Amino acid sequence: MTEIWTHDGWEMVVGLETHVELATATKLFSASPNRFGDEPNTNIDPVTLGLPGALPVLNERAVEFAMRIGLALNCTVQPCTFARKNYFYPDMPKAYQISQYDQPLNVDGWLDLPDGSRVGIERAHMEEDAGKSVHAGGGGRVHEADYSLIDLNRAGVPLVEIVSRPDIRSPEQARAYVSELRAILVAIGASDARMEEGSMRVDANVSVRRPGDPLGTRCEIKNVNSVRSVGRAIEYEAKRQIQMIEAGESVRQQTRHWDEGDGRTHTLRDKEDADDYRYFLEPDLVPLAPSAEWVEQVRASLPMLPGARRARLAEVTGHPADSEPIAVVVERGHDEYVLAAAAAGADPKRALTHVQQNLDDDGVAAVSATALAALVAMETGGAVTATQAKTVLAEMAGSGEQDPAAIAARLGFEAMDTSELEAMVDAAIAAQPDAWAKFCNGEQKALGAIVGHIMKASKGQADGKLVNQIVNQRKG
Amino acid sequence: MAVPSTATEIAAAVRSGGTTAVEVLEQHLVSIGERESEIHAFNLVTVDAARERAAAIDAAVAAGHDPGPLAGVPVALKDNMCTRGVPTTCSSKILEGWAPPYDGTAVSLLASAGAVMIGKTNLDEFAMGSSTENSAFGPTRNPLDPTRVPGGSSGGSAAAVAAGFAAMSFGSDTGGSIRQPAALCGVVGVKPTYGRVSRYGLVAFASSLDQIGPFTHTVADAALALQVVCGHDPLDSTSIPEPLPDFSAVLDRGVDGVRVGRITDLPAGADPDVAERVELAFDVLRAAGATIVDVEVPAFTYGLTAYYLIAPAEASSNLARYDGVRYGLRVDADDTNAMYSATRTAGFGAEVKRRILLGTYALSAGYYDAYYGKALRIRRLMANDFAAAYERCDVLLTPTSPSVAFPFGSKTDNPLAMYLCDTYTIPSNLTGDPAMSVPFGTGADGLPVGVQILAHALDEPVMLQVAAELERAAGGST
Repeated sequence: MTEIWTHDGWEMVVGLETHVELATATKLFSASPNRFGDEPNTNIDPVTLGLPGALPVLNERAVEFAMRIGLALNCTVQPCTFARKNYFYPDMPKAYQISQYDQPLNVDGWLDLPDGSRVGIERAHMEEDAGKSVHAGGGGRVHEADYSLIDLNRAGVPLVEIVSRPDIRSPEQARAYVSELRAILVAIGASDARMEEGSMRVDANVSVRRPGDPLGTRCEIKNVNSVRSVGRAIEYEAKRQIQMIEAGESVRQQTRHWDEGDGRTHTLRDKEDADDYRYFLEPDLVPLAPSAEWVEQVRASLPMLPGARRARLAEVTGHPADSEPIAVVVERGHDEYVLAAAAAGADPKRALTHVQQNLDDDGVAAVSATALAALVAMETGGAVTATQAKTVLAEMAGSGEQDPAAIAARLGFEAMDTSELEAMVDAAIAAQPDAWAKFCNGEQKALGAIVGHIMKASKGQADGKLVNQIVNQRKG
Repeated sequence: MAVPSTATEIAAAVRSGGTTAVEVLEQHLVSIGERESEIHAFNLVTVDAARERAAAIDAAVAAGHDPGPLAGVPVALKDNMCTRGVPTTCSSKILEGWAPPYDGTAVSLLASAGAVMIGKTNLDEFAMGSSTENSAFGPTRNPLDPTRVPGGSSGGSAAAVAAGFAAMSFGSDTGGSIRQPAALCGVVGVKPTYGRVSRYGLVAFASSLDQIGPFTHTVADAALALQVVCGHDPLDSTSIPEPLPDFSAVLDRGVDGVRVGRITDLPAGADPDVAERVELAFDVLRAAGATIVDVEVPAFTYGLTAYYLIAPAEASSNLARYDGVRYGLRVDADDTNAMYSATRTAGFGAEVKRRILLGTYALSAGYYDAYYGKALRIRRLMANDFAAAYERCDVLLTPTSPSVAFPFGSKTDNPLAMYLCDTYTIPSNLTGDPAMSVPFGTGADGLPVGVQILAHALDEPVMLQVAAELERAAGGST
């Protein structure tokens, strides 16, 4: 369970709104390409430009991706409608955004985090993205700009907005939520979820209260552009609110802007200044009611999600599910490989360690799971030491050679027999009588000198585990 | 040989080589030359493009190809239908200088059927009005009495057919904007079932109500027009994916056994001369074998109220895109908000502003439930009432307009009086059902009266069947 964040007896209550761009080939309501990084204003058409007379047509693939997200987040997929959210902005061509309002596609789900905590998902609805304004001059902010340029390539790109319940209680948990959500989105292929490119954007609703009290007044923090800044921004904001309250002021409901540079949030607008969006049912679209067959088909096509993959790997290897090796290997997508090596006879824990520490994507591609299993078997059988195994594995990953025994032989890695090693241990004890005495008196640290002596004498080829065994036998 | 005037005759003659598209076009251009400066039906007459197009159709016929069911028919389009490369103004200053880069679906279908687009017709700005007096480019005059309005908002399209400038024209009907000017100009006007004609390329006024339809000299021409422009369009999500009936098949069938409904609780307000012609229409149909059935449609009376919340609400959103940023008029100012304000203040006329304000208010937080929400409930109620009525009858008959064409300026100072022009036409837009106006003799001052025939969704055939009977009777009696 996540450690609860508290500050002078206050707790934070955080809900996150995450916008993700869907990895469709075309836009939500038109056939223009959905592609990042193209020449400005090239992926456009009458619908994207909001030309008079143009009409939206819903992209079926976008609906499928949105359902994938909903189902991966344990939501109920329900019949839904689209609404217009009306407001003027120069990079919003129709002066309204087509979104989902009171009847969203996905509702009532949850996301389980690696630490075992669960964050509720209120809804995950579909909407279109706006274009992009580039403000020239005056430091790039709109108010001081000499002029603004508009790029409508992004206008109409399909988004899903995932709204969490206010279940998050610490910066660490917020970061974990964003990381886990990102991992799921990538795993199900719904989005590339790159925060740095803006294909995943997080807004945070932050309030503070005394534990057990009703919810406090919240502020919405925008422009949080990395997993790291999610944590920083909400921590800053919670402390700001606590300071205000403790100074006898009250928190006003505001939208605030996170500034990565100065590490603060700044007022963007007060609630009273907020637009009245005049939502109403989008008359150019018809209600969307995915059939039960379609929903089940999408559900069946979902891959195993990161949480389940971590649990599976944890079970096979014996490592805790929220441990770093498990998290890292699953995130890299190398868990199947570890499982294959284990199935081929490798000690799962050793295989996991090698894959986490000694193999990158290229390494995993170069070394077959069977070859890895053979190497791990040599290691656990004492034919090579851990250090030697690492050297052999590096050789295999570099050359693609699949025979660890041949490599070990070539490198002259031969296991010493036990009697040879025993002689070395005795020699080391004789050479380091002081250290030996200390060790026998319970000073574990003194063992280092003895083992160091043996390793030097064996040129690193002595099996550390075996050495320990013999030393302890001698100690009696 | 004299050039025929109906679209059916023109297409037949052009296809058979009895006349040429060029000859037909020139005949219409002569009429335009004679009276357009007085009538002002058009915002733009595309003479050169029309001549090229007519010549191409004749060349196709000469080469043995069939240009299609509207071969050589001169067609005028309301200036809110997008035409590629041809200015589409909505009779508003705000679209100054803008020409769409694409053709609307209906426009493409007309071109594929061999029609010759002759020009873009005047309208009340953004189709908001009932007299074409709200055009930024000046009103259109009624060809039958130039001191009077042609009706609206598709007044230019109605006048173009009535004056012989085009054999067929198209308009859009959001609350009666095809049927009312058709009645006032003495031509046939049809609002098809919502979703029959694609709205792709129709500049939106109120998206859930707008529907494109034809103006013609005859009911047969109207059926021909519908056959061309109706049909499912994947570019319009509200387009109906149903196969089309043969709209012309039943025109000669008569009305024996057809159940014609009389709405007993129809809101009062029709002038006596108009009411008298509608009574006569019932008599004619009864005499021809129809059964007249009394029905009640209690929600009919709330139509106008619901409409003037729903239509402005949608309009306030649809017209928000005219912000000076991307196309059309821009009035520069110090910052973006001031630019929006200056542009929209200069670009929109009074009626458009009035409706944007009405609609914005109706959708605003705190007012939505009392206004827009309630209007939506009335709309559902109305659909139920009409559905119940159509269980007992095949069509309903009402006046199209409460009066014949009225003089310029007689309603411009009183928006409510102008809105009442649409009392009888609005319900069909709210329910999505088809309705049409067919000329049926004359009323006061010898001006034409239109009878409105309403039918249930997708029941255009029986509606046209009844219209054809009234047309035959009117031909005999007037």
